[in-house]
Amino acid sequence: MAESKSLRVAYGEALVELGKKNKNVVVMDADLAHATMTGTFASEYPDRFFNFGIAEANMMCAAAGFSHSGLIPFASTFALFGTGRAYEQIRNSISYVNANVKFGLSHSGLSVGEDGGSHQSIEDISLMRNLPGMTIFVPCDPLETKKAVFAAAEINGPVYIRVARPVVDTITTPDTPFIPGKANVMRDGSDVCIMATGLMIPHALRAAELLAADGISAAVVNFHTIKPIDRECILAMADKCGAVVTAEEHSIIGGLGSAVAEVLAGNSAAKFARVGIQDKFGKSGKPAELFEAYGLTAENIAAQCKNIKK
Amino acid sequence: MNNENLSEKAKHLRADIIKMLYTCQSGHPGGSLSCVEMLMALYYKVANVDASNPNMENRDRIVLSKGHACPALYAILADKGYFPREDLWTLRQLHSHLQGHPDMTKTPGVDINTGSLGQGISIAMGLALAAKYKKADYKVYTIIGDGESQEGLVWEAAMAAAHYKLDNFVVMLDHNGLQIDGSNDEVMSLGDVTAKFKAFGFECFKVDGHDIDAITEALKAPVSGKPKFICCETAKGKGVSFMENNFGWHGKAPNKDEYTAAMKELGVTING
Repeated sequence: MAESKSLRVAYGEALVELGKKNKNVVVMDADLAHATMTGTFASEYPDRFFNFGIAEANMMCAAAGFSHSGLIPFASTFALFGTGRAYEQIRNSISYVNANVKFGLSHSGLSVGEDGGSHQSIEDISLMRNLPGMTIFVPCDPLETKKAVFAAAEINGPVYIRVARPVVDTITTPDTPFIPGKANVMRDGSDVCIMATGLMIPHALRAAELLAADGISAAVVNFHTIKPIDRECILAMADKCGAVVTAEEHSIIGGLGSAVAEVLAGNSAAKFARVGIQDKFGKSGKPAELFEAYGLTAENIAAQCKNIKK
Repeated sequence: MNNENLSEKAKHLRADIIKMLYTCQSGHPGGSLSCVEMLMALYYKVANVDASNPNMENRDRIVLSKGHACPALYAILADKGYFPREDLWTLRQLHSHLQGHPDMTKTPGVDINTGSLGQGISIAMGLALAAKYKKADYKVYTIIGDGESQEGLVWEAAMAAAHYKLDNFVVMLDHNGLQIDGSNDEVMSLGDVTAKFKAFGFECFKVDGHDIDAITEALKAPVSGKPKFICCETAKGKGVSFMENNFGWHGKAPNKDEYTAAMKELGVTING
């Protein structure tokens, strides 16, 4: 049976494994090593781990300094404070010069749960997506998280890995390809294509089951890479199905839904809808309750698919 | 180079700065003129750098955190031979490698992109920490502004530099007392900025920021186990009488008459 694990735990373990193979990898945190799980790396390689205290902006610039010294820093904190508070440090000190810095930022999205809206990052993809040269990975399970970490180290330039907090089932296999910028078709279909990312993948797969029961053939595509977006796949699936629904644990503004819309606009006549957080902030609650309250469910995805097929 | 030649050179560099800004009709004269001797002490006296090998692995790193003063840096890099002096007159123009703020991806000799205040000192701290980690023996020098020191990031970087005992890290403050909207004290007082760095764990020095020997001596003073801070007392607009200590010259280019007058003061006669 496939393993269930928190993506942040998978992230910490992947860093250790990567660190063993690549001596240039160093890891940084801003006093959240026991939450982002970079502490796993710190225990294994204490001399290759740097804590900058609760000072995310300084950590990002320091990471730039390390990258200009031939090292490959992985800087971690919560997604909101990494991409939000340190946005301009990432923009000017990292992205603008294509510095070889990776940020694995955890506690993304509504799935942070009880901490509430102040800690639920629902705009991080939007913030990173507008930066030229940025690569954005949103892994859906522990295995994909590990692949994302290893792929990030192979890219010369900044990479954002969005790491969710909940324990999730492994739904990909060791053989599932992880090619940056290349989306994976997880289920083929011909009536509607659900383009999903991260924690929405299992919901998308279940939505396809619900639709199948109603005689609608739904494809499900996993966009583990939001940038560069797989243009070719989007247009091919839109052409084949004539209807596209995106699903993401992020604001519908600036995330996967926007990225897909930008590709479709002017290039496709496919019908289109976005499932995501509808321009609102989050709030406290259990992750499952929040997903329900914000419409991040298989039922809602299926309903949106039916709606645009009318 | 003896001191007489250096003071002559300082004049030439200032004339180059004025000509650059006059040519493109934009840029920051005040803060460029104030840090000329600070950069000269680094590039002509102390730092291990080589214009024929700008990316030399073991070079000392120099980070002009107050990036808007880059005309001073560019004038020196050209003088050292990092690129032809004629390039200076392309400053801030489309397709020039001399950007409005330093760009390591375009200009030979620029170690780090700066301009967004506070980020240069923070990256420089990262370079110094990385050097310690790699057991490399080069030093990292950064020049910050006093207005820039109002940025919280400056103090985040300072805290980390002391925490990691970065005795390969030197922060030089261009303390000209002025910023865009007026004096530091009017806009946002820094208080005793040297005492603040001392409290953050730096070994502190205070020098006349236009005295190359004094700056050099402070740069060479040995420190162990802690980062170094040098407060360089300077005059904004130094060398051009009507620009000196006048915050109105923070970010304004001279017109024809002002250009001619400034160049004359710097010993260059403009014809026509």
